[in-house]
Amino acid sequence: MIYSDIAIAAFATAVMVDLFLFRNSMLTRTAFWTSYAIILPFQLLTNWWLTSRNIVMYNPSAIIGIRICSAPIEDLLFGFALVLSVMGMWEFWGRRGVQRH
Amino acid sequence: MKARVCKNADMKQWSYMAMLIFTLCGSGWLEIVLKTGVLRRAKRAALSILPISTLFLIWDGYAIAQGHWFFDRTQILGIYGPFAIPIEEYLFFIVVPLAAILTLEGVTTVKPHWRKGEFGE
Repeated sequence: MIYSDIAIAAFATAVMVDLFLFRNSMLTRTAFWTSYAIILPFQLLTNWWLTSRNIVMYNPSAIIGIRICSAPIEDLLFGFALVLSVMGMWEFWGRRGVQRH
Repeated sequence: MKARVCKNADMKQWSYMAMLIFTLCGSGWLEIVLKTGVLRRAKRAALSILPISTLFLIWDGYAIAQGHWFFDRTQILGIYGPFAIPIEEYLFFIVVPLAAILTLEGVTTVKPHWRKGEFGE
């Protein structure tokens, strides 16, 4: 499996878990999409820093090859999966009454 | 001259770390200014971040071993954790998820009515 495969799998898993496993979906909430709209430009900026300066480099055979702000397009799927799953967990523990307020 | 080259090389080692510090500062002010109370709820934050980070770090270790991605040794501190993963990557999977939680709590602090639906309520 290459970066593209795993990124798509991570994205799909995070979305499925949010919609069908967690009883409190993030994807249906304005708070999530507003947060993501704030995070996305910062992701593009920090990814640009890491990739344009060659701090992180990718094996051309592991990615599709389409780049956004110098970073592989796969990074968007990876970032979305990371952000969604962590926020989902934060909500999950809040729902369970762990340090809710 | 030689000393100056060395000094520049030392600064260059902080290239990846600079991104992490930027992210920490860019989200950390929400905790102070908006009083999001995320750090106060460290247990909930840790329980949310660590299971997900673990999964992503397994992926990271696999991708590094497979050569899917690699790092410029002159732009990282050169400290490695388990599975030959640079310390910056471990910190990435703490700092970035924390920034995500701070952003969510920042948004719902400013727009409390968007808490509707929180915890499925």
